[in-house]
Amino acid sequence: MSEQGRVLTYTDAGVEALREEMRRDDTIVYIGQGIGPRGGNFRQTRGLWKEFGDDRLRDTGICELGATGVAIGAAMAGTRTIVDEVFLDFALEAITQIIQQAANISYMSNGKIKAPVVVRGAMGAVRNAGAHHSHTFYNWFANTPGLKVALPSTPYDVKGLFKTALRDPGPVVFIEHKSLYNSKGVVPEDEYLIPFGEAQIIREGKDLTIIAMSRMVGLAVKAAELLQEQGISAEVIDPRTIVPLDRQRITNSIKKTGKLVVIDESPSSCSFAAELLAIAVEDCFRDLKEPPKRICSLPVPNPFSPVLENLMIPSVDRIVTDINTMMKN
Amino acid sequence: MTERVAEQVEHKLLLDYYRKMLELRVFEVKVQELYRNAMLPGFVHLYVGEEAVAVGVCANLEPADLVFSTHRGHGHALAKGVPAGIVLAELWGKVTGSSGGRGGSMHMYAPEYGFMGTNGIVGAPIPLATGGALSAKLRKKGQVVVSFFGDGAVNSGSFHEAVNFGAVWDLPVVYVCENNLYATEMAFSRATKNTSVASRANSYCLPGVEVNGQDVMAVHEAAKKAIQRAREGGGPTLIECKTYRYVGHHEGDPGTDYRTREEVKQWKDRDPLKLSRNLLLDLGVDEKELQAVDQEVESLIDRAVEFAEGSPEPSPESVNDHVF
Repeated sequence: MSEQGRVLTYTDAGVEALREEMRRDDTIVYIGQGIGPRGGNFRQTRGLWKEFGDDRLRDTGICELGATGVAIGAAMAGTRTIVDEVFLDFALEAITQIIQQAANISYMSNGKIKAPVVVRGAMGAVRNAGAHHSHTFYNWFANTPGLKVALPSTPYDVKGLFKTALRDPGPVVFIEHKSLYNSKGVVPEDEYLIPFGEAQIIREGKDLTIIAMSRMVGLAVKAAELLQEQGISAEVIDPRTIVPLDRQRITNSIKKTGKLVVIDESPSSCSFAAELLAIAVEDCFRDLKEPPKRICSLPVPNPFSPVLENLMIPSVDRIVTDINTMMKN
Repeated sequence: MTERVAEQVEHKLLLDYYRKMLELRVFEVKVQELYRNAMLPGFVHLYVGEEAVAVGVCANLEPADLVFSTHRGHGHALAKGVPAGIVLAELWGKVTGSSGGRGGSMHMYAPEYGFMGTNGIVGAPIPLATGGALSAKLRKKGQVVVSFFGDGAVNSGSFHEAVNFGAVWDLPVVYVCENNLYATEMAFSRATKNTSVASRANSYCLPGVEVNGQDVMAVHEAAKKAIQRAREGGGPTLIECKTYRYVGHHEGDPGTDYRTREEVKQWKDRDPLKLSRNLLLDLGVDEKELQAVDQEVESLIDRAVEFAEGSPEPSPESVNDHVF
């Protein structure tokens, strides 16, 4: 990272984005369970209640359906809101409001009503939380017209993407990863925003393209470093937002390397990895030197057993092994 | 309506309500005819029989106040002031419709009239309306929100979660249940042990009121009080309006499999238009004056049909517009 900055955690980068945006725009209201005095289950709103108070940090009971509907309705009426599902898994309690109401409202109203709401939730496996607290279904949202979907993988991206989400006219599903909250990275002192639809090339390479999202980005970078020792030069790309998607930067890379591997914490069938492979086939068919490959979680509910869950989710070892196999062809 | 209250009623007010209710009725009968003649695409749920509720409530609202409606929402749109031609053009899928033809009967929006939409999902608008009221409260403009829903919504989680929010945050919202006794075909008495919707307000510590939903002045009185209370910061009220739809759940459902003809007839005898017309005559309004109103409304709807039918379809190149 070239900018001057400090090292912040992924969590604190989000808090900083919120504080800046809530100061800038005094209509922003944050709704969710435990986000007031407690500062959030993941400490994701720490310190904000003291500054902004009950009116703008609205603690709720455990009722995601109502809270999400309220946040969307307030947004439709002109108040920018954030609804924190805490665990993205709990967004399922509210899915009808997100899909049927928020996603559709702009189109259904011929653009007359917008819902500037950020649906925030943390996805993915963390410390063997088991099946109910570990889902990674961001691909479902990406399949719904009308929703934008952001998947920050670093503290830098959390802050820049969150600030952009809080200025977007429509609903944004802002999905963090539970396992990344304590991760650290450099965040500039000066204000910055990251535009949606701008993928980041994290590491340049010439032999193959690895696309990864959320926590898988870090694994992809580690795998790329190990592959480099074996003489394989991997380019690693993080789309950062999957809707809108930076199709251009992604296909440019695939055309350059001729080989594509996508790493996705979802099961492979109907995943976002499947979408990226479809794009590679549609746009880069004649440039592909090998069949593109998905490295995904096994198609099982997240097992509680650490042994089994580690098997389920892509690991650096699995990524290196699979890529080696591909590169030997 | 008691005689005492009736005497207090200004002729003018009741006549206005009669005219508006008639507009809703004639509109829906026209929609039924157009639909049966395969002129209108999609599905429609008609408001015939429930006019006193929309009119009695919305007459107390300011233009800037918001209404969140249901799948049976044409009447709410008209009562909130959306012109009949614009509502009908939407039902026709025309570009001049309130949603430019992108919404249809169950997804029509006219925020310029404070109409925040019909809705295809039972129960879903109740949290949305509650959120609208949160926005209104925070913006401090004295705006009030009305949430319409049917008895079919009150056994859903959406109802309970939303009303709880409205109460705990003292939001300027009026929850209006149109209890027409059937959720599609399911009799309310078969769906729940507690058939008093108004009594459910007690569970969340807000006032609950039951009114005769066929009596426009009774609805008016209850709504006026609740809206005033909300506007003054007193928080929400739940109003249960006992009403009935004369038609099936949707056009195409005869509505006779689960209701007796006798029951339908009993309700038709208490028709809100008939009741208010008779009252107007009792109050000394001239029959000729009422006939003039009838004529006026008929031609209003005729003009709406002309407008909607003559309006263009959306342009094919607009299909991708307004997704975000």
